[in-house]
Amino acid sequence: MSEAVLRLEAVETYYGEIHALRGIGFEVREGQVVALLGANGAGKSTSLRTISGLVPARRGKVTFLGQDITRMPAHRIAQLGLVHVPEGRRIFKGMTIEENLDLGGFTVLDAEERRRRREAAYAMFPILAERRHRDSSLLSGGEQQMLAIARALMARPRLLLLDEPSMGLAPILVQEIMRTIRRLNDSGTTVLLVEQNARAALRLAHYGCVMETGRIVLADEAAALRANEALTKAYLGG
Amino acid sequence: MPLQEILLQQLANGLILGSFYALVALGYSMVYGVIKLLNFAHGDLYMVGAFAGFGCLSLFSGWLGAGWAGIVPSILLSMVAVGMLGVVIDRVAYRPLREAPKLSVLITALAVSMLLENTVLAFTGGQFTAFSTDLGFTGIDLGLVHVTYTQMVLVGTSIVLMVVLELFVSRTRYGRAMRAIAIDQDACRLMGIDVNRTIALTFFIGSALAAASGVLAGVYYGSINFFMGFLIGLKAFTAAVIGGIGNIPGAMLGGLLLGLLEAFGTQIPGIGGQWKDVFVFAFLILFLVFRPTGILGKPEVERM
Ligand SMILES: Nc1ncnc2c1ncn2[C@@H]1O[C@H](COP(=O)(O)OP(=O)(O)OP(=O)(O)O)[C@@H](O)[C@H]1O
Ligand SMILES: [Mg+2]
Repeated sequence: MSEAVLRLEAVETYYGEIHALRGIGFEVREGQVVALLGANGAGKSTSLRTISGLVPARRGKVTFLGQDITRMPAHRIAQLGLVHVPEGRRIFKGMTIEENLDLGGFTVLDAEERRRRREAAYAMFPILAERRHRDSSLLSGGEQQMLAIARALMARPRLLLLDEPSMGLAPILVQEIMRTIRRLNDSGTTVLLVEQNARAALRLAHYGCVMETGRIVLADEAAALRANEALTKAYLGG
Repeated sequence: MPLQEILLQQLANGLILGSFYALVALGYSMVYGVIKLLNFAHGDLYMVGAFAGFGCLSLFSGWLGAGWAGIVPSILLSMVAVGMLGVVIDRVAYRPLREAPKLSVLITALAVSMLLENTVLAFTGGQFTAFSTDLGFTGIDLGLVHVTYTQMVLVGTSIVLMVVLELFVSRTRYGRAMRAIAIDQDACRLMGIDVNRTIALTFFIGSALAAASGVLAGVYYGSINFFMGFLIGLKAFTAAVIGGIGNIPGAMLGGLLLGLLEAFGTQIPGIGGQWKDVFVFAFLILFLVFRPTGILGKPEVERM
């Protein structure tokens, strides 16, 4: 059995007085895609923000590659190779596509290596290559999502957190994003994927956790979750 | 003097004045661009820079002389010292207020400004300090207008500093990070960027440029005092607004334009030298009313 890249134990997170995570625990193992599912407001994004250090846990423990990162500042966690693509993409609008990629590679000190990784990103997403010197805010929603993923890949992450990459995209683009994630995983990237689109997510995940009001109410192999029609209807609204 | 010469003379004066304004405006604008703070203490860093440069020159002049050989290292040392002072101010006064309402930070900036002015007042007793150098008045004659080499070096130094800054911000890793922080700090953290360190670097550079401007102004005018940063702070703010606050080429343009405006404004019949500040701030008001984003600024939703 492969080792755990990420482990959460009894993690509790607050926004001021709001108790958003009420003690969650799970693992992501090397080479896996783990899907984090649940309705609006369940605490999926908060889980990712807690892992990446944007909203640190008040109690519990987060371990990445054997290192306790519970209270580490977000930029140090990113430097360790845990890269979070946040909800809503958050690309740097007003800067070019190339500059966005270079910022994704901020931790890469060697300009030549950064250039090589940029070229690899362009090879993977040719649409970005064509517009490399254009303002990134001119991209369509799907293209912005591609850029957000490409930017994260510049750091060659050991673990990639993706928050609703299919949000607001046409079905055909959702498929394309899912294929991209599958491709990334096939080439060895470990992924923690948050999705509202549970069916699509479970098709490519190995394992899934279902959240409800700050807790994990169900966790199982993706195949088992897929087979559980009643459950998908009850928890995932479809 | 014939009109042509007057205009040429004012062009030279305006460019010199404008380059001092531009160097100070750059720091104002950079800090505003990155953390949306109007750092009212910025003009005082120009003043502290002038005194630091004066102190260095007093130490060096016995050994290096009071010509450029003594002035250049004084400028560099003053830039480093005041740059570090800017970092300390950010760390102590502004960083703890990063999440606080804007008004609290503005009031803090005013307090920092008063602290700096009164500290220097206490040390100097409010006297004008003579900033004497060995720079002569040799130069070149253009008709009746005499432009000294010193004046040319002042403008040249300012332009070099501005070009280096623009290259730094547009081409380097940390320059890119500064611009990205202005757009989305959390996204920057997720890229591994140490946001506080990058903001500290912004303060260092902005303060160092103000210090350079302060020393150059001391060299040029030959006298410095604890209050010299006040008016230039306001004018640099005006220059930054005219150019488009948060925008680096805008700050340079705004500074130069303001210097020229001031120089030529005093030549308009009926508007004498004593009206020059009125002239400058009337421009600020016109810009704030009709084009608050400045010449090169982009529209922005949130403004101070
Ligand atoms: N910045 C915030 N301040 C206060 N409360 C917040 C904040 N962000 C989220 N919450 C609250 O925390 C809880 C979990 O929110 P979270 O964004 O993690 O949900 P989610 O599962 O990602 O939902 P969605 O599917 O809508 O993205 C919700 O009750 C939400 O209202
Ligand atoms: Mg969410």
